[in-house]
Amino acid sequence: MAVLPMRKISICGLKKERKGILELLQSSGVVELTEPDLEECGLEKTDTLASRQLFERNASTADQALEILQSYIPEKKSMLSSLEGKKLTEAADFKAAGEGSESLLKDANQILSFHKKIAEDKAAIARIQGQIESLTPWLDLDIPVRCPDTRCCIVLVGTLPGSISLEELYRLTAERIPEIEALDLHVVGTDKDQTCIAAVCLKEDGEAVEEALRSFGFSRPAQALDQVPSRLKQDLEREIERLSDDIQAVENKLHSCANRRTSLQVLSDYFRIRAQKYAVLGDLWQSEKAFFITGYVPEKDAAKLEEKLNARFTVSIETEAPSEEDDPPVLLKNGTFASSAEGVTASFGLPAKGEMDPTGVMSICYVFLFGLMLSDAAYGVIVFAACLWALKKYPRMDQGMAKTLRLFMYCGLSTLFWGIMFSGYFGDAVDVISRTFFGTQVSIPALWFIPLNNPMKLLMYSMLFGAIHLYLGLGLKGYMLIRDKKYLDFFCDVILWYAFLTGLVLILLPTELFGSIAQTTIVFPAAVNTLAKVLAIAGAAGILLMSGRSSKNPVLRIALGAYDLYNITGWVSDVLSYSRLLALGLATGVIASVVNQMGSMAGGGVLGAIVFILVFIAGHTFNLGINLLGAYVHTCRLQYVEFFGKFYEGGGKAFHPFKENTKYIEIKED
Amino acid sequence: MSGIVFALTGAALAVILSGMGSAYGVGVAGQAAAGVVTEDPDKFAKVLILQLLPGTQGIYGLLVAFIALSKIGLLGGGAQMDMEMTTGLLYLAACLPVGVVGLVSGRHQGETSVAAIGVVAKKPDQFGKAMLFPAMVETYAILSLLVSILAVSAL
Repeated sequence: MAVLPMRKISICGLKKERKGILELLQSSGVVELTEPDLEECGLEKTDTLASRQLFERNASTADQALEILQSYIPEKKSMLSSLEGKKLTEAADFKAAGEGSESLLKDANQILSFHKKIAEDKAAIARIQGQIESLTPWLDLDIPVRCPDTRCCIVLVGTLPGSISLEELYRLTAERIPEIEALDLHVVGTDKDQTCIAAVCLKEDGEAVEEALRSFGFSRPAQALDQVPSRLKQDLEREIERLSDDIQAVENKLHSCANRRTSLQVLSDYFRIRAQKYAVLGDLWQSEKAFFITGYVPEKDAAKLEEKLNARFTVSIETEAPSEEDDPPVLLKNGTFASSAEGVTASFGLPAKGEMDPTGVMSICYVFLFGLMLSDAAYGVIVFAACLWALKKYPRMDQGMAKTLRLFMYCGLSTLFWGIMFSGYFGDAVDVISRTFFGTQVSIPALWFIPLNNPMKLLMYSMLFGAIHLYLGLGLKGYMLIRDKKYLDFFCDVILWYAFLTGLVLILLPTELFGSIAQTTIVFPAAVNTLAKVLAIAGAAGILLMSGRSSKNPVLRIALGAYDLYNITGWVSDVLSYSRLLALGLATGVIASVVNQMGSMAGGGVLGAIVFILVFIAGHTFNLGINLLGAYVHTCRLQYVEFFGKFYEGGGKAFHPFKENTKYIEIKED
Repeated sequence: MSGIVFALTGAALAVILSGMGSAYGVGVAGQAAAGVVTEDPDKFAKVLILQLLPGTQGIYGLLVAFIALSKIGLLGGGAQMDMEMTTGLLYLAACLPVGVVGLVSGRHQGETSVAAIGVVAKKPDQFGKAMLFPAMVETYAILSLLVSILAVSAL
């Protein structure tokens, strides 16, 4: 349980070796770089933006190619594939990808162009289908829409609004132009908002006929078609076929690229890593011949890094402990058990400068309280087994995920323990099954007691656990104060509170009020009662006088002390808050009983057993899910609000070393 | 009138009121969560947890109702149909805290969850803190649950 000590590192090297040095720093991944304040020294930076952007673009080309491959040739992924971790790649393969990046990039671009071709062809097909659509009413016309005139006749082809029958059309034209008799009208096709017609008449009547038709809303079609519509449709359909074949051919080519997936992933990460290197390169201060790097390195890695750099390069390296003004980044170092709860600490906030890492103590409390909230032996076994299985099956999963799963694995064990204490095995499944299917009720006795039968007892114990948890938090505050040699603060802020609280608790315990809640009467010897009063009064007086010690003004000092004394209400509400241990523990048990009861309603026998099994599986899955969530959230809350509230603020910066930040692969160390 | 009418009304109210609160809370939080997922499907697991937080009130209501029903004897037969009026009213009173507080806290927890989902949408790394805000509201549901359970099981 500790925050790893950091050292400040400054490296000064030859400019010609800077890329090699940066590569070494990047692959060892133990240095967080900082911006040194060297503006005034006449040093400059190199502009690497252009090359960085090129690398980023190349990486994104590879990413796009991979996305395209994924959309045409989906790679099957199981739901748990996110646990698999990044692919392990040999350093030699990675190097080879770097050397062959030109041709790989060409492949990626080819995949992109295939995709573009397919998209274009698909758009063309859609356009042609639109054309065919608009041809549909003209299909019965056996001459071209724009039909050339014959020797003495002309053909007028066009549309009229609305749907009009042939008879109606003849009637209308007869009314309009009774003088023209040589007129042949055809209705080619109708749809709901237009009628396609063809009119044949003598050349000299042409104008009059068109004039008449126009008065009914006649218009020539927008598309000037020199072909017979049905033949044109055939041509268009043939075009669609050709385009579809094209698409098929390109898709086949894409399929042949499927084996490129891995090399494209390596390529993408190759450029990503180079882009990161160039980003750092652009931030380096350089003189004509030399360059400077500053940063933080964990103390344990400093010597090794120095050795590695000195062995290969001409560099000058200095490391020093961070000074008072520095705010070094935070990296936690814990044992296997405690490190599993590092994620819980991190999501509240890493230790600020000078704070201790609370993870060690907190991990024990976390597992203890989590188990108490879920408190069902069978659920505990399921959670434990599932996490253990995932950890064994996917040994290379992401570190943070592995820690979380390990935490839940321990929580599963704790749940098993509390389940046995309270006799929860899928709630009261043993009783219900034995009663419904075997006729005699069998119960597994609780090792301690059954909470539903005696909720007051568990409430008392919940608050007791809470009080211990809070005392522990105050104790850690004391530990930090002693470590920092602030003995007066330790006495005023910790010892006085301990005295005050212990005194109050000792006064409360023998009272009737407490007796009626706990259903037992506690009688202390007179000496203890006196001690309790002395502790409480001395503590209260001490807090009243000492809490405002930073203030010179005596009135203000007393006022501040009184205000601090008022914090006792905070302690009361903190302790009461632990009653959620009882509530959530009961919730698991009672909902499990509801599920079992529902399952057993179909009675015994084979049918009853089938119904029971179905209800059992669905119901307990639901209950486990909802209560896991509840236990997780409320255990976090107890740690963050009640426990951390006593001693811990957080607010440290996480350690972000300069390293190979990859997306798909992990490079195997030589 | 037999007291069992009131006892059953109490159990029903525990489920109805807290269920309404949770339904509202989970509902509004779900709308916000769905909005986040359209932008970034990877946040699904996180926003789902936040959406589910206001769902517990309904479960607490169920819990109290179940204990009440089994105490009255309505589960598994042997109901006291001639229950005294006073006893019935006592059950009703015992069920009220989890019902009423469940309704109000479910609603407010849902709204807090919406805000927390907003935090996760913008700063996914602050999930731990975002989760705490709705959990604070839940405290009061838990306290009312506690009083209801203690009262019902003491009757």
